[in-house]
Amino acid sequence: MAQPVIHTHQLTRKFGDFVAVNAISFDVQPGEIFGFLGANGAGKTTAMRILCGLLSPTSGEATVAGFDVYRQNEEIKKHIGYMSQKFSLYENLTVRENIQFFGGIYGLSRQELKEKTNNLIERVGLHDEADKLVGSLPLGWKQKISFSVAILHRPKIVFLDEPTGGVDPITRRQFWDMIYDAAHEGITLFVTTHYMDEAEYCDRVSIMVDGAIAALDTPAGLKKQFNATNMDEVFLQLARGAKRSDG
Amino acid sequence: MATVHVENIKKTYEKGTVTALENVSFDVKSGELFGLIGPDGAGKTSLFRVLTTLLLPDEGQAQVAGFDVVKDFWEIRRIVGYMPGKFSLYQDLSIEENLNFFATVFNTTLAKNYHLIEEIYVQIEPFKKRLAGKLSGGMKQKLALCCALIHEPKVLFLDEPTTGVDPVSRKEFWDMLDRLKSRGITIVVSTPYMDEASRCDRIALIQKGKILELDTLDKILGRYTQNLYAVDADNRYQLMKDLRMPAEIESSFAFGEEQHVTLRTQENGERYLTNYLTERGHTSITVRPILPNIEDTFIKLMLENQ
Repeated sequence: MAQPVIHTHQLTRKFGDFVAVNAISFDVQPGEIFGFLGANGAGKTTAMRILCGLLSPTSGEATVAGFDVYRQNEEIKKHIGYMSQKFSLYENLTVRENIQFFGGIYGLSRQELKEKTNNLIERVGLHDEADKLVGSLPLGWKQKISFSVAILHRPKIVFLDEPTGGVDPITRRQFWDMIYDAAHEGITLFVTTHYMDEAEYCDRVSIMVDGAIAALDTPAGLKKQFNATNMDEVFLQLARGAKRSDG
Repeated sequence: MATVHVENIKKTYEKGTVTALENVSFDVKSGELFGLIGPDGAGKTSLFRVLTTLLLPDEGQAQVAGFDVVKDFWEIRRIVGYMPGKFSLYQDLSIEENLNFFATVFNTTLAKNYHLIEEIYVQIEPFKKRLAGKLSGGMKQKLALCCALIHEPKVLFLDEPTTGVDPVSRKEFWDMLDRLKSRGITIVVSTPYMDEASRCDRIALIQKGKILELDTLDKILGRYTQNLYAVDADNRYQLMKDLRMPAEIESSFAFGEEQHVTLRTQENGERYLTNYLTERGHTSITVRPILPNIEDTFIKLMLENQ
């Protein structure tokens, strides 16, 4: 088997006495779509920040794209893509300017940048909007552009933090088509979502409860294990047992 | 009598170039839990702002509890509770201070109306000295609901109260709404989560400023007459691609682990799909006729309205 893109072993992060992430261990394989679920306050964000090289763990080990989270966090940042609904694009820059800005940050050459910008605008179908401000575009388009920008530098892995909230069911599925295409091209996708049907689009899903990984399997495996007809039921069974909640 | 009456409301922005609401009409009955279901940009927030007298419509008229949203705006403001989609309490006041503030504005006190919010408030009361800006999403949501309820409103307007909230907290929030409803409060709630339609007495499906459908969930689903198939096979990526090729296939969308497929011709759909996919080299093919869910219906309505 190829070397995993993410490897964690007993990964732990404490804030004072509070154990936000409690000894989690899992691997994510190249080209896999990995769903990372959990209730608000379960520790997802902390774990994700560690894996993106933004926060050091307290103990345990983890590598992302082959780089160590303690010592090589700057390398990690260069080799991953990140997209979140909360922050993605600059609203007061045009589509083209956003692409060029983020491409520049990731060190693409002028020639590469030009090619990739045109390529991206072509693929997302944005000819008429390329020179409009991002702020004026519908949410669904912003999400598609944002995802395209996150994989512009061909990262080994891209982290999607609740990428699809609030859009119509067709746009949401078009977004997932882009995710499938990226996975097919060998990019690994690490996704958090509150849409449980989207969890079923993932190859494997982990569910965090109170800082620990309470379950990890394929969606079909989880449904079988918890005797449930859909992922919503699986999630409710696990998360209802949580001692910790955010409110 | 209708508690909320909306008639041909039109609202545009940017000097008429952006249409937020286009001839929207509906009634909400007294004591009803009414859901406005649609994606971001559908016009839900504009509609809430018209009904809570914060925005003047370009055309049309609307009444809340018999009062006109334009002429009688003072009366309406006294009797409605409004929870905006964006957290809008004072971040630099504590939980308790926010509640006291809103109670005072409406000439009441926390002590006097404690019973109205007790069930929700007890969950955040242990943290009542904490600043609202320091609360987690779930706690902010509960505080905002308490502040919207403290003056005993007749009608409650909740704009996307569950957006970004995990499935467990969402379920708990809807349970709270059920209990408020049992006390006779009329509730109008909006959500982009289609599955929450099942928690409402009646729903309006809204998209691009227009109401696509309005009824009980069962009746709306019952109007979907087209044959629908759930299709699965071993190679799902290839399946997704192959199902979009033939002209006979009208639509194919991913639903969880399956593809939901509709055909242009209605006859022998199962046989057609099985044969086609076998020809394409697929294995472990399953094709079964299914009844539509709310998302299937919303997608169909969107395609029809394009």
